[in-house]
Amino acid sequence: MIPGSFSYHRPASVADAVKLLTDLGEDARPLAGGHSLVPMMKLRLATPAHLIDLHGIANLKGIRRDGTNLVIGAMTTQHDLLASDEIARSAPILHETALLIADPQVRYRGTIGGNVANGDPGNDMPALMMTLGASYRLEGPSGARDVPAADFYQGAYFTALEPGEILTSVSFPAPVAGHGYAYEKLKRKVGDYATAAAAVVLTMAGGKVASCVIGLTNVHETPLLATDAANAVIGTSLDPATLKKAAAAASAIMSPAADARGPVEYRKHVGGIMVTRALQRAVAIAK
Amino acid sequence: MNDLTPTREQRTAALEGMGCKRKRVEDIRFTQGRGNYVDDIKLPGMLHGDFVRSPHPHARVTKIDDSEALKVPGVLAVITAETLKTVNLAWMPTLAGDVQMVLADGKVLFQNQEVAFVVATDRYAADDGINKVIVEYEPLPPLVDPFKAMDADAPVLREDLVGKMSGAHGPRKHNNHIFEWMVGDKDLTDAAFRKAEVSIKEMISYHRTHPSPLETCQCVCSFDKIKGELTIYGTFQAPHVIRTVVALIAKIPEHKIHVIAPDIGGGFGNKVGAYPGYICAAVASIVTGKPVKWVEDRIENLTATSFARDYHMTTEIAATKDGKVTGLRVHVLADHGAFDACADPSKWPAGFFNIVTGSYDFPTAHLAVDGVYTNKAPGGVAYRCSFRVTEAAYCIERAMDILAQKLNMDPAELRLKNFIKPEQFPYHSALGWEYDSGDYHTAMRKMMETTGYAALRKEQAEKRAAFARGETRDIMGLGVSFFTEIVGAGPSKNCDILGIAMFDSCEIRMHPTGAGIARVGSKSQGQGHETTWAQIIATEIGIPADNIMVEEGNTDTAPYGLGTYGSRSTPVAGAAIAMAARKIKAKAQMIAAYKLEVHEDDLEFDIDGFRVRGLPEKFMSMKDICWAAYNSVPPGMEPGLEAVSYYDPPNMTYPFGAYLCVMDIDVDTGVYNVRRFYALDDCGTRINPMIIEGQIHGGLTEAFAIAMGQEIRYDEVGNVVTGSFMDFFMPTAVETPHWETDFTVTPSPHHPIGAKGVGESPNVGGVPAFSNAVNDAFSFLGSKHIQMPHDFWRNWKAAKDLGAVA
Ligand SMILES: Cc1cc2nc3c(=O)[nH]c(=O)nc-3n(C[C@H](O)[C@H](O)[C@H](O)COP(=O)(O)OP(=O)(O)OC[C@H]3O[C@@H](n4cnc5c(N)ncnc54)[C@H](O)[C@@H]3O)c2cc1C
Repeated sequence: MIPGSFSYHRPASVADAVKLLTDLGEDARPLAGGHSLVPMMKLRLATPAHLIDLHGIANLKGIRRDGTNLVIGAMTTQHDLLASDEIARSAPILHETALLIADPQVRYRGTIGGNVANGDPGNDMPALMMTLGASYRLEGPSGARDVPAADFYQGAYFTALEPGEILTSVSFPAPVAGHGYAYEKLKRKVGDYATAAAAVVLTMAGGKVASCVIGLTNVHETPLLATDAANAVIGTSLDPATLKKAAAAASAIMSPAADARGPVEYRKHVGGIMVTRALQRAVAIAK
Repeated sequence: MNDLTPTREQRTAALEGMGCKRKRVEDIRFTQGRGNYVDDIKLPGMLHGDFVRSPHPHARVTKIDDSEALKVPGVLAVITAETLKTVNLAWMPTLAGDVQMVLADGKVLFQNQEVAFVVATDRYAADDGINKVIVEYEPLPPLVDPFKAMDADAPVLREDLVGKMSGAHGPRKHNNHIFEWMVGDKDLTDAAFRKAEVSIKEMISYHRTHPSPLETCQCVCSFDKIKGELTIYGTFQAPHVIRTVVALIAKIPEHKIHVIAPDIGGGFGNKVGAYPGYICAAVASIVTGKPVKWVEDRIENLTATSFARDYHMTTEIAATKDGKVTGLRVHVLADHGAFDACADPSKWPAGFFNIVTGSYDFPTAHLAVDGVYTNKAPGGVAYRCSFRVTEAAYCIERAMDILAQKLNMDPAELRLKNFIKPEQFPYHSALGWEYDSGDYHTAMRKMMETTGYAALRKEQAEKRAAFARGETRDIMGLGVSFFTEIVGAGPSKNCDILGIAMFDSCEIRMHPTGAGIARVGSKSQGQGHETTWAQIIATEIGIPADNIMVEEGNTDTAPYGLGTYGSRSTPVAGAAIAMAARKIKAKAQMIAAYKLEVHEDDLEFDIDGFRVRGLPEKFMSMKDICWAAYNSVPPGMEPGLEAVSYYDPPNMTYPFGAYLCVMDIDVDTGVYNVRRFYALDDCGTRINPMIIEGQIHGGLTEAFAIAMGQEIRYDEVGNVVTGSFMDFFMPTAVETPHWETDFTVTPSPHHPIGAKGVGESPNVGGVPAFSNAVNDAFSFLGSKHIQMPHDFWRNWKAAKDLGAVA
């Protein structure tokens, strides 16, 4: 549980960070809150020779409103998200989800950028970002580009990030007023990753579901959008038969690994239940 | 006398003696980060050691190449079994009469076994070094399932024992067999089963788990070549035993070994035995001439130093139709891993598992235990329990519930019907113990009344009906547990460790101004000895507890003691403290008589001094007697006021308790909610009710963890898959239920202050309460016994297997 040796760099701008990453190549890794990277280093599962600490770059932090979009700097901590009135008002599901991540100590350090860039299927933010229709701003040696969260995840720890690129912010359209939402996460204890979790954002019209997006955490090597399940509920009043259908459609796309949280069959089963419960709660909140 | 003269109540209160909720004096430093733990010890020139460990559960070690490791800056030495052989320390004796490899000698027998010890100038260099040691392995078939250990074609694990058909505890039946231990009357028991109107039989497993103290095992060894002295700072629950073991195996004279256990961050049995880290750090210090520190990390602690439990108990009860038990038959398959490193009294290969008749009047019983080797970490230690008592309590408490279910009787009623009656004490159990005292009926009835047991049963019946009607997906369980422990090892007639009787000791030295120091052979790891030991002395001699300093853990200053585990501190050391205090008091009485110019027999002790009978104004306080002890003792008496006592207990003590757990389980997810947990404990005389409550809270939290998910699990090929707190269930305050505590007081008749020990009761009694609650919840769906641990997915699986979820 002792990391190998590494050099430490603390650039003051995105350009400097990108240059360091480009020059130092594969042996260099950005360091954000360190709450995913450092545990891996302590186990020597990650052995970067260079850490590029992003804490010295002032403009990577902060939450702002840009028209109808919310823009969150990569180095904004989960605690910052919880403390933000803007988030609580405009995207309460993000507040709810951040509160389900680990414990206060981890949330004081862990960042939204690190959480979504990490590519760990156990992280909660990626599926939520897909549900919110977020896109990520990536800046690298050949400039900046925006990648939809839905296109970002390629496999466990494999993402669309190219060598030398840094994720600088995430942005998403603020959900419409009166929307219903819920993030249902089953975990064994505080500090545990999800056995299965589901994010739901929906709108209602005339007692029926008008729009619905469902995201799934930790039931596949990447976060998932449960499109068939969401389509199954649109136009319904979420009667028991529809709920059952939605849960079944969501379970059908899950392929979790068996681990100490339970066998595959269990994780798929409770994945379906998380979808059901998130839908029920979201509908109850929606106006 | 004037208004300012304190009342008797005020004088008693000023002592903060027995019965007082005195605040823990050690917490002043613990809560300010001022404790002094082993890892706080930094000696000049100190080096650091770390282990190369085996990735294989079973393999031949064909080559160890340390040449690259020695090139790492800061790495000074790589110690292997070959190095240790030059000092005859490649193997070490275990407390259970087996031998254990210190470093892999030709083969490895469990994953993460110690293979080589890298010594470096700092911890980082040591870790860099271990990653450069190249070890070549030739994998061998692993033996994981203890039930296959004695198959004809099972792989041979312990090649050192091949051909030795007898071990420390008698004959061995197979290469992988360690011992067979039998107690009780087989013929009589078999006859009881032949005649039985009703009987039950179930294989009840208590899974492998781990004590996992917050502070892991660690030491600093410092060998002084000039003086030939070895100083060891370590996380030792039994420092004197460690000193004797080191003297015996390292051939260093015992007076030249100084063992110091500073503050310890929890032990729970993990820190009783001797581990390869201690031996390697000592040898490394001897080789390098520098102090060497070894600190285990969490993964190493969970996967290599001692586990607990792993008992597989096939249990049968014979009974009459109306629920009177007539016989008990238990066969245990005990998985000890690669080496038998149990920390039991030497003559007890299965500890005191023969307390398995529990709180019930079994006319006859028979017990057989087979210990076997597997490719898993060695052990097992007593995790917050007197040797194997928690396994025994779980076994009988589950079995009684299974019998109740078969008889269609309420489990509480079945217990009431079979309890040993108050007038039967001292009670001789069918498996050989003499229970000193108890009043089980009163405790059980108090539990039932306080919790509203009958109403809870009614509510459960309604919930079950609602579940059947499809109105709820929650099922409700009531877990009853009534345990009897056997603690306070122990009387020299049946308890020793490596030949040393299991007494304990205390030395009290009173200073002229009425303050003093008590040195004790026990060793607190969080139990609060500095607080409670002073309280015993305060009441015994009338000096305020605040004026008594308690010191433990330094073998040069503390009298020889056997240490703290098995709830033995209060029953044994606590008795020694009272007896030493009484010697002080006896001498004080002679001094007071001399000063007050009366005969000793004319004095009576009165809270904080001696008073002349019939002349209440003639009084000498203990404080003044202390002063007099240093300047005006009676002619012919030695000055000073000190005493030593070594206490060999005449019997064990038998704490008991009645627990109830109320639980709801969501069958769709398996998620449980402990709605209520009530714990009534009877530990005899209560020294500090607040510390007792704290001990109960801690032990119940462990019991909750163990029953509901905490396990050390191996996959089919012998990889340990629960090596961190992510997967090894360590509940936080958020998961931990609320605890309700209660008590009755049945003093021990043979203990000087009537106390019985309490620290381990909640772990022992808690586990069956949780497991019985889960089992009780599922019973109406047709289940008979569901194995622990009862984590979410297993609860869901139970529901699914019973047809309650699609
Ligand atoms: C005990 C514990 C429990 C946890 N439980 C949960 C949980 O339940 N749910 C959950 O979602 N998370 C959980 N986490 C993870 C936590 O949220 C992490 O903080 C988060 O996943 C990573 O954020 P970080 O800022 O710490 O990133 P770091 O650990 O610093 O970095 C993570 C990875 O992302 C890369 N990276 C970081 N920032 C950027 C960037 N801006 N651009 C490009 N690459 C970048 C790093 O190079 C690294 O590879 C837990 C962590 C711990 C220690």
